[in-house]
Amino acid sequence: MTGEQIIFILVALFTLGSGFMVVTTRNLVHAALWLVSTLFCVRVTIALMSAYLLAAVQVVVYIGAIAILFIFAVMLTRKDLRDQGPQHNPGWWTGALIAVLVFAGLFALLQGWNGLLEKKGPTALPAGFDQISALGNALVSPDAYVLPFEVASVLLVAALVGAVYVAFNRK
Amino acid sequence: MSFWNDPLKVAADWLLGIFTGWGMPEIAAQILIGFLGIFMLISLLMVLDIFLVWVERKVVSRFQDRIGPNRVGPFGLIQPFADIIKLLIKEDTTPGGADRWVYNIAPMLSMMSVLILWAVVPLAPRIIGVDLNIGALYIIAAGAIGTLSIIMAGWASNNKFALIGAFRQVAVMVSFEIPMLTTLLIPTIFAESMGFNAITEAQDIWFVWLAPLAAIIFLIAAIAELGRAPFDMAEGESELVAGYNTEYSGMKFGMFYAGELLHAFTFGGFWAILFFGGYRFLGLEQVSAFLAIAVIVFKAFLGYWIIMWVKYTLMRIRIDHMLGFNWKFLTPLAFVLLIVVALMNALLAGTPTWIYVLGMFLSNVVLGWVALEIARSYSRKEREKVEGVVTT
Repeated sequence: MTGEQIIFILVALFTLGSGFMVVTTRNLVHAALWLVSTLFCVRVTIALMSAYLLAAVQVVVYIGAIAILFIFAVMLTRKDLRDQGPQHNPGWWTGALIAVLVFAGLFALLQGWNGLLEKKGPTALPAGFDQISALGNALVSPDAYVLPFEVASVLLVAALVGAVYVAFNRK
Repeated sequence: MSFWNDPLKVAADWLLGIFTGWGMPEIAAQILIGFLGIFMLISLLMVLDIFLVWVERKVVSRFQDRIGPNRVGPFGLIQPFADIIKLLIKEDTTPGGADRWVYNIAPMLSMMSVLILWAVVPLAPRIIGVDLNIGALYIIAAGAIGTLSIIMAGWASNNKFALIGAFRQVAVMVSFEIPMLTTLLIPTIFAESMGFNAITEAQDIWFVWLAPLAAIIFLIAAIAELGRAPFDMAEGESELVAGYNTEYSGMKFGMFYAGELLHAFTFGGFWAILFFGGYRFLGLEQVSAFLAIAVIVFKAFLGYWIIMWVKYTLMRIRIDHMLGFNWKFLTPLAFVLLIVVALMNALLAGTPTWIYVLGMFLSNVVLGWVALEIARSYSRKEREKVEGVVTT
């Protein structure tokens, strides 16, 4: 049991625990904060795989923007300013059943995959491999991902313009 | 490698020898040495934080033409210790109806988000917590956690003023992250890496001469991120009692306050690293690591002094003016500056150094002048619209 495995198991337990608390806690703001904890644990998992840029970007985008937006939305749009409310969803057992079925399906699929039994860990990156410049090159080089990159930027600009238009107050 | 050049490695090897001599497995010894290093850094930072309280109060008093604390100890040096003792023996209240867990965790998160910033600060050529190659992005990520702690504080206080203060502060912080990120990209372009060690090593000519406008925009965005005046709408004492830390008393308030001062000092340090050469000064850092540490601490204090100077000179800006300033002026200016710097960097790539420096400097000055002219004409139009209406 290497140190990395111990850390991974701990982080995975935290992730699952936080995820469980997100959906079971009654207090909406607490649920948003447990979501932040879950995202942070996912980030640690990503950083364990040496994808540091992705981990940092995940904190900046998810925790720094999306989670804060969640919290704002929760705080500003509660119907009657109460912290906790009755559980609204009488069909929750359907959701639980579907989740169990999906888990069983994934389990059955992965039974046939030998990758879980291989003892060697993830292949180490070649020494001196500059992740960031590789990522940068992939994003702007014409025979890599420049087209999805530009399309995503246009989509973001459209969302920004839409938000400004919806909120615009013509005097 | 002698002790003066590389103290951390020498000390770590010596400790490793001692621990394995006692029979510890090597991996446990290395983890323990890592923890000792972290503990030492945080202890030094917290002691520095205490000293910063004294510095802040003396400097503000000089700006306000008075003397400041001078009763407790020589030059009032023991004043911060008296403050700490007072904060520690205060009653630890929690407002009724407050969210206990969130209320208590918020100051811890706020202090944590400042302390983790110091993991990437290069104190000397070989003394750095973690030489992350994405250092510049890491400090934005740490700022995101600080933002979260402010919302938690404002919300959990069960107090409308605290909530409004927290919302305003978070809106300002999230908005000013954009010009800060953009101007962080400019030293990245010059150094061709986001890691702070690489940025410091690439500053044969300080980046402030190459991109002065970027330094100014970074300073403004950093002051807004810190929540200090003139951007301290969140704790506008005249409007909001004390903003998000209204309901905090005792050491929890102390953590917010000391965390804010340490954050200001840290950003003074980052300003120095990114634009003023970090620990480099005329080759002093090659002589000894301790000189390098002295150089960077000196530059960080200089940056911190400038931040304090701005705070105690300018008036608070209204929240809508603050956000308008960011979205209508700073963000477009930062983007245009990034484009201009990238273009000039590519165009002047092969030229001798003095042409390069002069070209970049002049392009920044021209851009700043054009931006100010646009702002001035806009404000002239606004003033003319109003002047017809004023009846005094």
